[in-house]
Amino acid sequence: MPAQRTKFYQVGSFAVGNRLLPIEQRAVQAGMERRNSLTSGHRACRGCGEALGARYAIDAAISASGGRLVAVNATGCLEVFSTPYPETSWQVPWIHSLFGNAPAVASGVAAALRAKGITDVRVVGQGGDGGTVDIGFACLSGMFERDDDVLYICYDNQAYMNTGVQRSGATPPAARTSTTPVPGNAFGQGKNVPMIAMAHEIPYVATATVADLRDLEYKVRRAMELRGARYLHILVPCPLGWVTEACDTIRVARLATESGLFPVFEAERGEVTDVTKIRRRVPVDDYLRLQGRYRHLFGDPPQTEVIARIQASADRNIRRFGLVD
Amino acid sequence: MLRQIEGSQAVAEAVAACRPEVVCAYPISPQTHIVEALSRLVSAKKLTPCEYLNVESEFAAMSACIGASAAGARVYTATASQGLLYMTEALFNASGLGLPIVMTVANRAIGAPINIWNDHSDSMSQRDSGWIQLYAETNQEAADLHVQAYALAEELSLPVMVCMDGFVLTHAFERVDLPARERVDAFLPPYEPRQVLDPGDPVSIGAMVGPEAFTEVRYLLHARHLQALDRIPAIARSFEDAFGRRSGGLVRGYRVQDADTVVLALGSVLGTVKDVVDELRGQGRRIGVAALTTFRPFPFAAVRELLGRARRIVVLERAFSVGVGGIVSADVRTALPEAAIATVVAGLGGRPVTKAALHRVLAAEPEPLTFLDLDRELVGRELARSAERRRSGPAAENMLRDLAGGN
Repeated sequence: MPAQRTKFYQVGSFAVGNRLLPIEQRAVQAGMERRNSLTSGHRACRGCGEALGARYAIDAAISASGGRLVAVNATGCLEVFSTPYPETSWQVPWIHSLFGNAPAVASGVAAALRAKGITDVRVVGQGGDGGTVDIGFACLSGMFERDDDVLYICYDNQAYMNTGVQRSGATPPAARTSTTPVPGNAFGQGKNVPMIAMAHEIPYVATATVADLRDLEYKVRRAMELRGARYLHILVPCPLGWVTEACDTIRVARLATESGLFPVFEAERGEVTDVTKIRRRVPVDDYLRLQGRYRHLFGDPPQTEVIARIQASADRNIRRFGLVD
Repeated sequence: MLRQIEGSQAVAEAVAACRPEVVCAYPISPQTHIVEALSRLVSAKKLTPCEYLNVESEFAAMSACIGASAAGARVYTATASQGLLYMTEALFNASGLGLPIVMTVANRAIGAPINIWNDHSDSMSQRDSGWIQLYAETNQEAADLHVQAYALAEELSLPVMVCMDGFVLTHAFERVDLPARERVDAFLPPYEPRQVLDPGDPVSIGAMVGPEAFTEVRYLLHARHLQALDRIPAIARSFEDAFGRRSGGLVRGYRVQDADTVVLALGSVLGTVKDVVDELRGQGRRIGVAALTTFRPFPFAAVRELLGRARRIVVLERAFSVGVGGIVSADVRTALPEAAIATVVAGLGGRPVTKAALHRVLAAEPEPLTFLDLDRELVGRELARSAERRRSGPAAENMLRDLAGGN
């Protein structure tokens, strides 16, 4: 695949694309020779966290594999906004089959490469939280359990955004969706797939957000250094579903981690190996208030009990992962 | 190589001779012996290079086949019954993406009530999935059809289902002339995918298609099925040239030349049907048999040519469309709109299709829709009971109670 000259993107640090950093420390996005996995001009919404996360993740995977990469996609926003026939935004070989089978299709691709003795082509599977946490979950677990040589990336926007913001197994408590109207999603529901992935004792499990794209790139690179089943869970805010301003995508993702609601960590073979410490701890209020899907918690009177329960869950994460020194 | 061998083992050997590079397997009766035999071949390194994927469901099995096929590997899987239904979503996808996957369906009934025995309800339910469907009459034909299926699938870039009767064929020991690998190598060229996931030449497979092009894409799938109607007999002929025996094709006639009555059937029941027809011929009846090998695409012209002179056609089916009747019969009726066609639904859930029952049904003019050996008294009692009482209980429980003599 020919390298493309691409424009630089603001990555949320002090310099555009980290150009002021030494070359070896720069983000993949900062390189003039960056190979663009997902070309601009696709049809994602303004401020789409998934489009951003996917581009960084796959660009980093291309960089790590020397461009020898196959991408497998589940049905969902990412598939729909990037490939309306006869257009495609993908610069990597890419296949979409169904909603619930991306991990299994990726297993099949990996098996074919193994059978053909092709060792340098790597396989990345990707899907949203619906395709990963719910309908594709059996295939994902099967892929983990066989330790197939696939990096699977879940872009978690915490609901079925492609079909109109219905609740998924990753929708957090109290969040309003079109199928969990006010008072919102029940407590106690939802799956913690990074922890479930760790229970499979696969080589690598990590979480990341689009608020820290250097960290996201690092985790993709780390995952690509390993063989076997690897899982990366990326929080990708959705302005439409979360009812936030398009300009607040990064901010809200950062608040998710700084409140402790979305712990960012790495694990190898079922053991946590690293956590990203919270630099500036914020109450969950700051995170919730920005989002229309939690607006009902801040009416008159505010639902302090519900907010306290969400705060308790953030505190539990902070304790469990040691997020605050 | 002639061997006295179990049907499943023969199919596994034939598939191995085709050198699949990825085999995906999930167990379901009565398909299990096939994938067990293949796992032994792979683990004993008698089939290399081949990756054997033990997956967590039939849905994953077909999905992994889709990925592996798109990545350029020759792939294989086998299933039956509920497993085939569990694959349904992926089946339509495999054909829509034009992936030449070959799969054995060890035909078995569909529940409820759960039943592991043979009929054709499973594969017939996937009639419109876009898969080519071939039905084997014997284990010899089952083995041979797999070799032909790979040639056909890869030439047209279409998935092919080889259907063989569960237990009746899969678990039966017969004398089978196994296709030797060297001769299969000469017959079957290596798989060259139409589109492959190659980083050197990236393509997007499985893009979203809107109303402006969807009809055209579906029509192209149909057009390739129509091409298969030419290619299936051609491949059967070249198989005969290479291996010295006839297998496959669209539809074969047996004693049909001067027949005024023809029984059309598919699968292993054809042996019994031919025996009965021989006996009826001995009694002076002008009767013959049409053995349908290719059900999808349906060979309308070939069926018309073979059966056009018959006064009466009896379609013997091992599945049916609830609320309607015969599935194959509907296609035969389309092929021959003027013919007198009777549907005989036989052998559901493994009930034996006996010569006596066939003699009975062929002795008279069959009803338009007959369920062979149906216990009319039993169903009559159940229907009467459900008309009288609202809570009559599941039919099977009532029947068992009746059989035990209670009420």
